[in-house]
Amino acid sequence: MNGDGESAGRDARGFAMPRPGTGPPGAAPTADDADGGRGSQAAGPDPQPGANHGARPQLPADALVDLDEEGRALQISGLLERLDAEFVGLSPVKERVREVAALLLVDRLRARYALSSSRPSLHMCFTGSPGTGKTTMAMHMGGLLHELGYLRKGQLVTATRDDLIGQYVGHTAPKTKEVLKRAMGGVLLIDEAYYLYRPDNERDYGQEAIEILLQFMEAHRDDLVVILAGYRERMDVFFRSNPGMASRIGHHIDFPDFGICDLMQIALRMLDQEEYRLSPEAAAAFREYVGLRMRQPRFAGARSIRNAIDRLRLRQAGRLVAAGGQVSRADLAEITEADVRGSRVFSDGTAPGQPAEPSRPAQASRPDLPVYPALLVGSPDQMA
Amino acid sequence: MRITQGTFSYLPDLTADEISAQIQYAIDRGWAVAIEFTDDPHPRNVLWEMWGLPMFGLSDASAAMHEVTGCVQAWPDHYVRVSAYDASLGRQTTALSFIVNRPGHEPGFRLDRAEAGDRRISYALHPYAADRPSGERYGHPNGHRG
Repeated sequence: MNGDGESAGRDARGFAMPRPGTGPPGAAPTADDADGGRGSQAAGPDPQPGANHGARPQLPADALVDLDEEGRALQISGLLERLDAEFVGLSPVKERVREVAALLLVDRLRARYALSSSRPSLHMCFTGSPGTGKTTMAMHMGGLLHELGYLRKGQLVTATRDDLIGQYVGHTAPKTKEVLKRAMGGVLLIDEAYYLYRPDNERDYGQEAIEILLQFMEAHRDDLVVILAGYRERMDVFFRSNPGMASRIGHHIDFPDFGICDLMQIALRMLDQEEYRLSPEAAAAFREYVGLRMRQPRFAGARSIRNAIDRLRLRQAGRLVAAGGQVSRADLAEITEADVRGSRVFSDGTAPGQPAEPSRPAQASRPDLPVYPALLVGSPDQMA
Repeated sequence: MRITQGTFSYLPDLTADEISAQIQYAIDRGWAVAIEFTDDPHPRNVLWEMWGLPMFGLSDASAAMHEVTGCVQAWPDHYVRVSAYDASLGRQTTALSFIVNRPGHEPGFRLDRAEAGDRRISYALHPYAADRPSGERYGHPNGHRG
């Protein structure tokens, strides 16, 4: 740090032990690992663009490069295909990731012509109705940006109000900074960010946390991606009272509500993951169920579907245990129409505004409560 | 006289990239990184002032580098060191500690001899810099109260 490190560095070659970080590539594995994904992708976060281009000579101004070949080298298309395969719908997000990937590619090519390329600001804000995949997408964003070479580590640190805001004067700043430091090199996800700011309490420490956050977002944008996620209207209110925050976030992405086809696809994928399958009649019934559920109050997109599937599993288990006797592997995996039709949603409006499943006391008092012989006998072989 | 304490102290001063690579090495091993500074580099003075709290749960060296730069800027004429604490059971000790900043001029130490009874001689190391009050020892008469 004294400035004479340069000349002294040359003398140090005489030591038998290679100095970390200065050896030839491959000689210092830790330094290489730390460089990880970006070592070969100098365009993005590298503080000295071109420093890693020793093997790639600068091209003359009139030369042509093959965009497709470069893209294949970066394996961008594979990454985008995986994104497409893993997530149903969410086209605005996919579009944005595609653009970021394209920028990376173009930046790399620009670097070969010695055109300047700086890292774009990647702070994001995800807004949308409940259950539209904001949090899930944010959790994958770190990995995506890491693979694209924009983040060195790509780890995800999730923070809520109590992780950032202290309880007494002078407690907030160190707390917020600690979370930010843990998130450096990756993604900081602040879910329901509007809770940070409480306009009704002017002595709230939320404002302090926001100021530190803003300062870090600006000063360390090469090291950190901040993603705010929350419901649309409340985020709008939040941004209105913190205009600095809105302008420092480059990507405001609105998550569209899932349509019935998307939801069905999500449901099938969830069932597939849990190794269940719907019989054809059950699939038709479930589609009907989704249509009905969507019109009910407190519908929360994919989250409602996840809950519905959990209840399907419960009903299937109840049916199997009630029937007793011998079951096959296929029986255990299959969800029948009766399981789907058993839902409260079909009995329509008995209690509008109630959750699809009745609460526990009501269930206990129901006269048609099934009796499970296997459970009463309690012999484990019958359960199997 | 150049102070040699901790790892790498016989090597030339580390550059920022080298410091960052060392910190990343510590982080990758799950060690907690802390930054300390002092203007009393006596070899027996092992507990230096802490610059902030030790940083647990980091995954990238840039966060620690941010603190290193902050500390060096606030105390440019102090010794600043990075230490990495290995909390794993059975070790629970400082695993790595190295100086990342030192004052421009290091006057060194004086050897004090004191004669006691029976012609016994006791020796003491006295840092020349310690003759001046703390905070003013290395070049800055008004100190740097960060």
